[in-house]
Amino acid sequence: MDDLLAARSQMAMSLAFHIIFAAIGIAMPLLMIIAEWKWLRSKDEIYLTLAKRWAKGTAILFAVGAVSGTVLSFELGLLWPGFMGYAGSIIGMPFSLEGFAFFTEAIFLGIYLYGWTRVPPRAHLFAGAVVALSGVMSGIFVVIANAWMNAPTGFRLVDGKPVNIDPIAAMMSTAALPQTLHMTLAAYAATGFAVAGIHAFMLRRDRTNRFHKAALNIALVVGGVSAILQPLSGDFIAKTVAKTQPVKLAALEGQFQTEQAAPLRIGGIPDEQAGVTRYAIEVPYALSILAYSDPHAVVKGLNDFPSDARPPVAIVHISFQIMVACGVAMMLVALWAAWRYLRCRRNQKWLDSKWFLRLLVAVAPLGFIGIETGWTVTEVGRQPWIIYGVMRTSEAVTPMNGLVVPFITFTVLYIFLAVITVWLLLRQVAASPHAPDPIAKEARVAA
Amino acid sequence: MIAALVLYALLGGADYGGGVWDLFAFGPRARAQRALIAEAISPVWEANHVWLILVIVVLFTAFPPAFAAIATALNIPITLLLIGIVLRGTAFTFRTYDVQRDDVQRRWSLVFSIASIITPILLGTILGAIASGTIRVENGSVTSGFFNSWLAPFPLAVGFFALALFAFLAAVYLTLETRERELQEDFRRRALVAGVVVGLLALTVFVLAQTGAPTVRAGISRTWWALILHICTGLFATSAFYFLWTRRYALARLCAAAQVTLILLGWAFAQFPHIVEPNITITSAAAPPVTLQLLLAALIAGVILLFPSYYYLFRIFKSRANAEGVR
Repeated sequence: MDDLLAARSQMAMSLAFHIIFAAIGIAMPLLMIIAEWKWLRSKDEIYLTLAKRWAKGTAILFAVGAVSGTVLSFELGLLWPGFMGYAGSIIGMPFSLEGFAFFTEAIFLGIYLYGWTRVPPRAHLFAGAVVALSGVMSGIFVVIANAWMNAPTGFRLVDGKPVNIDPIAAMMSTAALPQTLHMTLAAYAATGFAVAGIHAFMLRRDRTNRFHKAALNIALVVGGVSAILQPLSGDFIAKTVAKTQPVKLAALEGQFQTEQAAPLRIGGIPDEQAGVTRYAIEVPYALSILAYSDPHAVVKGLNDFPSDARPPVAIVHISFQIMVACGVAMMLVALWAAWRYLRCRRNQKWLDSKWFLRLLVAVAPLGFIGIETGWTVTEVGRQPWIIYGVMRTSEAVTPMNGLVVPFITFTVLYIFLAVITVWLLLRQVAASPHAPDPIAKEARVAA
Repeated sequence: MIAALVLYALLGGADYGGGVWDLFAFGPRARAQRALIAEAISPVWEANHVWLILVIVVLFTAFPPAFAAIATALNIPITLLLIGIVLRGTAFTFRTYDVQRDDVQRRWSLVFSIASIITPILLGTILGAIASGTIRVENGSVTSGFFNSWLAPFPLAVGFFALALFAFLAAVYLTLETRERELQEDFRRRALVAGVVVGLLALTVFVLAQTGAPTVRAGISRTWWALILHICTGLFATSAFYFLWTRRYALARLCAAAQVTLILLGWAFAQFPHIVEPNITITSAAAPPVTLQLLLAALIAGVILLFPSYYYLFRIFKSRANAEGVR
C-alpha cells in the first residue's frame, strides 16, 4: 500500500466512522426533545422515561462522535498539509464556526444530560432544543466546507496561488445548499429509521409495551417525513452536480459516451476498460430530464474527459445505485406507514401488524448504508481532485512516510470503539422498561 | 497586522483556556477519589475538550502554513496525542455507562488514567518542539525530519512540566469540589506535592532551554516586561502554595489559575512574533486580512454567545459543592 492510498484509506475510514455518530448527533437530540415536550404536555411518565433513555444513548454516541471529530480536525493537517496550507484561509471559516456550534452543543448537552433535577423543566427542554439546533448547525458547516471542495469559489488563481480571497463567497458555493439539505435530511431519515427499527424489534417481542409504541411513533414521524422529502433534495443535488462537476455525474450514472437524450441506468456494472456499463436497466431520456430538465439535453460522457481526470467509475456508480435504492426503499416504507397511520387512526392499532414491524426492522440499517454510500459517491466521485479542478489529492498529501502504520492503528482503535459502543447500546436497549398497554391488557383479560 | 496581534492574544487566550479547563480531566493521581473526580468531570469534559478543537481550527484558518508545517513535522507526536485523546474521552464515557461492577470499572479507569497521563506529556512535548526552533521549513516542505524536533531533552521536559502543572491544577480544583474534610486533605497534600514538582521541572525546563530553545529563552530572560511577568508568576505560585498551606482553597484556586495563565502568556510573548521558531512568523503565515477580520468577528460573536452559556454550565454544576456545604 503506498502512502497516498494509506492516507486516503485512513481519511475514508475516519470519515466513515465519524459520519455515523455525526448523523446520530444531529438527529437524536430532536427525538429526545420531542419526547420531553410530549411529557411536558401530557404529563405521561412514559415520555419522560423515553427522553431519558434516548438521552443516555445520545451521550455515549456523542462522546465517540466528539473524539472521532477531533481526530478528523487533526487529520486534515496530519494527512493533507498541502490542502490545509493552501485552503485554510479560504475555508477555515466554516470549520471555525463549526467549532463554535460544537461548543454550544457540548455545553448544552452537559446541561441536558446532568441537569434533569438541577434546572427547571422549561429550561431543560430549551437546553435540549439548543443541542438539536447546534447539532444541525455543526453538520451544516462541515458540509459547507465539503461543498467548497466540490465547487470551489471565493478566490482567484494567480500563478497557482489563491488571491482575492472571500471566505463568505467560499461558504456560498453552489453546492452548499443542496449538499447541506441532503445531508441534514439524510441524518434525520437514517437515525429515525434506525431508532424505529430498534423499537419495532423490541415491540415484536413485547407486543403491548407502550414505551416502545411511543418511541416508534416519534422516530417514524421524524424519519418518515425526512425520507419522503429526501428525493427532492436528491434531485436538486443531481442538477447541481450536472452543472458543477459533469465528470462526477457521468461517473455516477456510468455514462461513457457523450449522448443526446441520455437514458437513466438502473443497476449495471461499469467496465472501465471497454467503456460500457453492462447489465443496466435503461430508462430512455430519463437522465437528460433529471440532470437538465430537458429530454434532449446532451450529457457529457466519461470518454470526453482526459483519463487522468476521471474518478474510479465502478465504485462511484455502484455506490450511487445502492444509495438511491436505500433512499427509495425508505421513502416507500414511509409512505406505507403514513397510509397505515391514516387508515387506522381511530383504533390506534396501526402498529399491530406483524409484517409492518418486521419490515421496519429490515429497513433499519438502510439509512446508514445510504449515508455511507452517498458519502463515497461525493468523495470518490471528486477524485483525483481534493479541490475540484484546483488541487489534486496527490499534491496535498503529507511527505511523511509509512502512513500505513497510523492507518492500521486507527482502524484497530475504531473497531475496538465500535464494538464497545454497540455492546453498551445493546445493554441499554435490552433493559426495556416494563410498560404494558392498559387497553391491550384489558382486551387480553377479557379474552 | 493589528488584527493579527489581537488574534494572537485571543488564540493565546483560547490556548490557555484549553490548557486550564482540560485539566479537570487530568486527575490521574487521585484514583482513590475516583468518584469525586468523575462527578466533577462528567458534565463538563466535553465542553472543555472543545477548547482544543477551537485552537486547532483557529490555527488553520488564521495561519494555514504554520498549521501545515506543524502537522507535518510533528506528525508522530500529534498522532500519538490523538490516540490518547480518543482513549481518554471514550474510556471515561464508557466507564460511566458500563456495568457498575468493580473489575469493569477498574479496567476503564486504568485506560482513562494512563491516557490522561500520556496526553498532557505529548501536548507539552509538541509545544516544546514548536518553541525549540528545530523545525525547519523550506519551500513548504519540512526538512528537519520527523523525530529530531521533538525527541529531544527540552521538548520532553516541557511535556513533563505540562503534566505536573495539570496535575497540580486539578488537585487544587478538586479541593473545592468536596466538603468532606478527609478528601480535601487528600487533594491538598497532592496539590502541595505536585506544586513542588512543578517548581523543580520549571527549573529544569529553564536550564534546558539554554541549549534547547535559545531564542525563547532569550525572550524570557531579557526584556523588562518578561521580568515583571516572571515576578508575577512567581508571586502567584507562592501565594497559591501559601493559601493551600493555610487551607484557603478558593484563593488557592484563583492563584493557581493565574499562575498557569501567566506561564502560557509568558511563553507566547517570548515566542512572539514567531509561530514556529525560527522561520515562520505571524506575518508570514497569516491568512489574508479578509479572513482574519471575519474570523475575528466570528470569534467575538462566538465568545459573546458562548461565555454566558459556559458560565451557566459551570454555575449549575460547580456551585453544588458549596450549596451542599451550607445545607
